[in-house]
Amino acid sequence: MATVTFDHATRIYPGTERPAVDQLNLHIEDGEFLVLVGPSGCGKSTSLRMLAGLEDVNGGSIFIGDRDVTDVQPKDRDIAMVFQNYALYPHMSVADNMGFALKIAGKPKAEIRERVEEAAKILDLTEYLDRKPKALSGGQRQRVAMGRAIVRQPQVFLMDEPLSNLDAKLRVQTRTQIASLQRRLGVTTVYVTHDQTEALTMGDRIAVLEGGLLQQVGTPREMYDTPQNVFVAGFIGSPAMNLGTFEIKDGAAQLGAASVPIERSVIDGLTEADNNRITVGFRPEALDVVGAGSQGAFDVKVNLVEELGSDAFVYGDLQSSTADLHSGSSDQVIVRIDPREVPMKGDTIHVAIKPGKAHLFSAATGNRLS
Amino acid sequence: MDQLQITSATPNSALLDLPWRLPLAEWPDEVLAALPRGISRHVVRFVRLDGRVLAIKEISEHVAFREFGLLRQLNKLEIPGVVPVGVVTGRRDDAGEPLEAALVTEHLAFSLPYRAVFSQSLRPDTATRLIDALAVLLVRLHLVGFYWGDVSLSNTLFRRDAHQFAAYLVDAETGALHRELSPKQREYDLDLARTNIIGELMDLAAGELLDDEVDEIGIGDALVSRYAELWEALTGVESFDVDERWRVEARIARLNQLGFDVGELSITTDIDGTTVRIRPQVVDAGHHSRRLFRLTGLDVQDNQARRLLNDLDSYRAATDRQDEDEPLVAHDWLQNVFHPTIRAVPRDLRRKLEPAQLYHEILDHRWFISEQAGRDVPMPETVASYVDNVLRHRPDEKAILGLAPGEKDPELDDDDVADEGAPEDDHFHLST
Repeated sequence: MATVTFDHATRIYPGTERPAVDQLNLHIEDGEFLVLVGPSGCGKSTSLRMLAGLEDVNGGSIFIGDRDVTDVQPKDRDIAMVFQNYALYPHMSVADNMGFALKIAGKPKAEIRERVEEAAKILDLTEYLDRKPKALSGGQRQRVAMGRAIVRQPQVFLMDEPLSNLDAKLRVQTRTQIASLQRRLGVTTVYVTHDQTEALTMGDRIAVLEGGLLQQVGTPREMYDTPQNVFVAGFIGSPAMNLGTFEIKDGAAQLGAASVPIERSVIDGLTEADNNRITVGFRPEALDVVGAGSQGAFDVKVNLVEELGSDAFVYGDLQSSTADLHSGSSDQVIVRIDPREVPMKGDTIHVAIKPGKAHLFSAATGNRLS
Repeated sequence: MDQLQITSATPNSALLDLPWRLPLAEWPDEVLAALPRGISRHVVRFVRLDGRVLAIKEISEHVAFREFGLLRQLNKLEIPGVVPVGVVTGRRDDAGEPLEAALVTEHLAFSLPYRAVFSQSLRPDTATRLIDALAVLLVRLHLVGFYWGDVSLSNTLFRRDAHQFAAYLVDAETGALHRELSPKQREYDLDLARTNIIGELMDLAAGELLDDEVDEIGIGDALVSRYAELWEALTGVESFDVDERWRVEARIARLNQLGFDVGELSITTDIDGTTVRIRPQVVDAGHHSRRLFRLTGLDVQDNQARRLLNDLDSYRAATDRQDEDEPLVAHDWLQNVFHPTIRAVPRDLRRKLEPAQLYHEILDHRWFISEQAGRDVPMPETVASYVDNVLRHRPDEKAILGLAPGEKDPELDDDDVADEGAPEDDHFHLST
């Protein structure tokens, strides 16, 4: 097992000017489960393929442990792409399905059996070892595919959107299995996904990429609680954070009818480029429904109420303001409300940001101010 | 609620008649076509529709559209692969529950999955040819920048084409098109191919579907070495001295042996020597005889035609006339090279072989003696050597086969053509 280090690793595709991955610096601890996440085209898969050796590194280096693997052939990097091949062979026993790559590599029979049994124990497949894949459930088949990678005992597991071609039910099931299995095995794992929920639920740490640049890396909690810029704030969390840019007047952001006071130190940190404006973010659950005229209250006109049993969300429009305030890719404000006190469509509710729950970003750079 | 939607390159309303409300695994036998299938991680079924056979694969919508697009691009690049028909989305069952999207491709007529082929009893050279065809496919894919990501027998179909096996890509789900593949990408793809193929053969062996004689690992290794040879033959840029053009001929011969033809040939000479670039192609049976007939009026067998065309193409490259009208160059080649060479053979011996075959053998002979001498032997010297050492000792083919009733012996009509002396010799004959 080993650490993985991207040291100013850069990938520029021939004929393009902007790097697909730009000076990536990332250190992954031994045994850590790191998720690379971001929208399509952000550079996450390219980063993974650089680590796998499938993409040339045009600048910087990549290390596995202390070894510089930048120019090492993929098969000599001691890594395993999990789920690369998960079509199971119908005539082979489960054990042979897991161990055939070792057989090809010429490993002695006894050693193969030992490694396969060890993997089967971890995967809860021991009793199926001598049976055919046909006898297995969908989830068990996924585990056999994982077993193929485990028996190779690599230093690092790589997974590139492994769940994308599974149906919804198997996806959730396999997600849990991969995460718990990785903890048990303790093998350093780099996992790529476009799905932030997957990232939040699986990773020890998450690295968010956008436009080839690393935006932030941290634990799921850090990413959620203290996003370092507007992009991460809007990307992590579902439903997404409400974000809008507002005028500052008398030391407070003018959010519709409300004045949201901004700390002195934050205001001092603004520059000319911010043009006396500030981007304010707050999550749907960071709002309290309050009485009309309460301090810091602003009005939201209800367009739709989504009831989920344990939760309910109001989708609405900010009133008495021309500013654009919206959550993620929707064009509406989202407010989590008490599912037992649900307003009607067309109502106006009064909400205020809970103390200390506003995220403040520079209107000019998008970087976190508080 | 989503509506059933069919995205396709060519509208085909018959697709709507299929039971999309049922999961593919539950489709009734009467719509299915019983064809051998490879191993797939998804549900795949074949259906008969409008006299065609379609392959349908259940897969997530995103992956389906991606693969559909990739297959279309590969088709445009003239890579042998299945033809994508469309993507079906918005499927729901009778209870209104959503079903997976489906990718529809046209099943390749007269093709079989490799897996099915290997599970028949195979003669050893058949297995070799199958692997060669797969190597050819993989090289062609890599040449256009396609990283397959999951090369396997199950993801490949083969079709017997005249005397050749042709491999076709079936599954592009894991693939990606790049501008150019790096050596590492190619090597990794090849390594995956080897592992997958050996694994599949081991599976066939486990099911007692494979001859005991078959060496699974040997076959996997053969793919790797055949791929490497072919890649080298196609992409290695060789420089050589101006009197060593027979080396080019050797290279073309190797390509021809590997089942490739020369699509484009360019020879450039500068202070570093002469460099040759060859763009390969795979052609239909009969392509060469049709092309030669169109250009020169010579009506000969396909293999002879290929040889003559290689010579014509090299004449064109050597005389730097690539930009000129092809029939014009062909005419000059016929007048200045082909006819004079035939006429240089004494008339009494000329009738032993058909002219195209005669020319073919002279080219062979020239390559042979040039290689021995380590230099380019000029045409008049070649003809003399060929006549003395080969042709004289040959039985008279025309006498054996005889003339068809009413057929005139064309060689005897040659008398009225003035002898134009030795053939033009400003190019070397790059042909096999």
